[in-house]
Amino acid sequence: MPRRNTLVFIVIVALFAFAVCALVYPMFGREEMRLGLDLQGGVHMVYQADFSEVEPGAESEAIDGAIAVIERRINILGVTEPVIQKQGGDRILVELPGVSEAEKAKGLIGQTALLEFREQVEGEGGKLEWVPATGVVDGQEKVLTSSYFKENTYLSQGDLGGLLLIFEWNEEGSQLSEQITERLLGQPLAIFLSGEPLLGEDGQPIAPTVQSVITERGRIEGLSLKEATELSQLLNAGRLPVPLTPIYEQTVSPILGADFIDMSLKAGLIGIILVMLFMIVYYRLPGVLASLALIFYGAVVLAIFKLIPVTLTLAGIGGFVLSIGMAVDANVLIFERMKEEFRTGRTLGAAIEAGFNRAWTAIRDSNVTTIIVCVILIWLGSSIVESAPVTGFAMALLIGVLVSMFSAIIVTRTLLRLFVGTPLAPKTRLFNPYSGRK
Amino acid sequence: MMFDITGKRALFLIISEVIILIGIIALVVFGLKPGIEFSSGSIMTVNFEEEVEQAELKQELANLGYPNVIIQHTGAGDFIIRTPELTGEEKIVVEDALSARFGSLNEREFYSVSPMVAEETTRNAIIAVAIAAVGILLYITWAFRRMPKPFHYGTCGIIALLHDVIVVLGIFSILGAIMDWEINVMFITGVLAVIGYSINNTVVVFDRIRENLTKVISSNFEVVVNTSLVETLSRSLNTSLTTLLVVLSLLLFVGASIQNFVMVLLIGIIAGTYSSLCIAPTLLIVWEKREWGRLAFLRRAKAKGA
Repeated sequence: MPRRNTLVFIVIVALFAFAVCALVYPMFGREEMRLGLDLQGGVHMVYQADFSEVEPGAESEAIDGAIAVIERRINILGVTEPVIQKQGGDRILVELPGVSEAEKAKGLIGQTALLEFREQVEGEGGKLEWVPATGVVDGQEKVLTSSYFKENTYLSQGDLGGLLLIFEWNEEGSQLSEQITERLLGQPLAIFLSGEPLLGEDGQPIAPTVQSVITERGRIEGLSLKEATELSQLLNAGRLPVPLTPIYEQTVSPILGADFIDMSLKAGLIGIILVMLFMIVYYRLPGVLASLALIFYGAVVLAIFKLIPVTLTLAGIGGFVLSIGMAVDANVLIFERMKEEFRTGRTLGAAIEAGFNRAWTAIRDSNVTTIIVCVILIWLGSSIVESAPVTGFAMALLIGVLVSMFSAIIVTRTLLRLFVGTPLAPKTRLFNPYSGRK
Repeated sequence: MMFDITGKRALFLIISEVIILIGIIALVVFGLKPGIEFSSGSIMTVNFEEEVEQAELKQELANLGYPNVIIQHTGAGDFIIRTPELTGEEKIVVEDALSARFGSLNEREFYSVSPMVAEETTRNAIIAVAIAAVGILLYITWAFRRMPKPFHYGTCGIIALLHDVIVVLGIFSILGAIMDWEINVMFITGVLAVIGYSINNTVVVFDRIRENLTKVISSNFEVVVNTSLVETLSRSLNTSLTTLLVVLSLLLFVGASIQNFVMVLLIGIIAGTYSSLCIAPTLLIVWEKREWGRLAFLRRAKAKGA
């Protein structure tokens, strides 16, 4: 037995060393703990696709297309590790960690990115109104928009040093453009983006006067560099093939996230120290060993979090901290049993074995309920939109419960067995604080 | 010397009856306040650079067309403003108007849920709670299969469980009425965690009763129950204490954003410890000795055996 115990002890030490390494150094390509949105700040949006304009059967293609467009648009922002996922058949989840310009990001995603060319007509009461400029192609009346742009737009310097956004018409676009510019010679032609007039650097709507018939390529003048760049990128990223409406949104400022990490680290640390103090004062030497097992527990759980990886949210940290309190439960059950065994006059070795064996059913049964609840919560988390906190909590608690069964039973028992047969073993007061008083 | 816990069962049961009665009355009168996850809406956490009075903020929001907003002022000087669901444009209008009136503001957090998502979340939360109830019931039936009267043990375990849930719900309905505390998804998560915790405490006590019954340490059922309780007492209290220690450190340091959740755990753990020690086992005795009638009249049931 002692030799086998030494072997187990070495395995435990090796496991602990591995866990600590995994936490400190990058391992399996994981550099850092993956933090949830609430801890590092950022934007979490869920969009609902509206398929009413999409042909039946083409929904899945439309949503995949929308995801591709969003991906290209997000790339403009240069976000690291964005998450863009299909949820169900008709939703898109977008997570942008660490993004501070939430409004800009949301604007970019939701943009219809369609430039519409409009002409001025006299509306009711002689008021001038901008209406979409149309032409006729293949016997159908069509509005001239950027959907007829060919390939990519690009920026160029004009003769007078101004900035030009250059675009080319495809075949249909060039027919439309020809008809419209011919009709509007000498009149203004405005450009609208998402129903709003496109504004130039001077804050005025861009509505140049048509000077010649345009068939092949056109240019937009007067934009600021920043706006021209963004617009060009947006147009190049393509149009959303299906309209998207935000149905869920959570934005957390990165500063707030940093505060949370600080606070929850403090909470976890203080919690663990209090639990250790209690265990040591109440159970003496076994308490010290249980505290060592708890350190082992903490390192292994966090290493598992990092390696799987489990996204760490505030609620997840709550689950982890809660599991610290519950992790010692198995130790408490065992030590109480050991005390009873000491009372009947057993030696240390016998008390250890009997204590562990007899506490086992209670440990197993009491952990089952927690596991049932965790599994149900993980299901709940997977079925709702605000999944992160629920899943985070349940995963943390589940991993915690499983690891705690190992740490409280195997680790503590192995450590305790190391004392069997040593000069300390007969000093039962070290192991059982009440042995002398009864 | 041995504690006589079961002998004071009438007292314990009366205390619980009163607490549960208060809880049920609170639930009927105040109800529970659903958070935006269940009722849809937007929550905006903002921080002004200058001092702002809550009443003025409320007035300004009413002027903007949001008369029924709920505003909370946190310790850190943030305002948590709850409105009906705001679209992106509406939100910009509100923020611009507020900064025009009160000086520049920082948006710390924004959270918005549409009615469709809210409905879905409510439905799935209800399903989860129902599945949890069935799961726990199956587990209890299984855990107590070798007990002499499995039905008694199962029922008493479930009564203790309901006791804890009603205490948590009751306190939250009072907190909702006084401090606008809301029920969100994390609340449900907390309640389920409490259910798991509470039943597991009860199982440990019942497990010992089973063991002592098989050993026939006494022919008096009440003595067996009391002995089992006393034997598991330090375990029950110690585990609750270590769990409470970590929950308290969460409450003190993590604060506002998961406060509701931590409060659920705190109340639930205290109620769960009490019910697994003072309610579930004593109910077993009441059942065994057929004292139900006497309890109904709140008469003091004198301990006979112990």
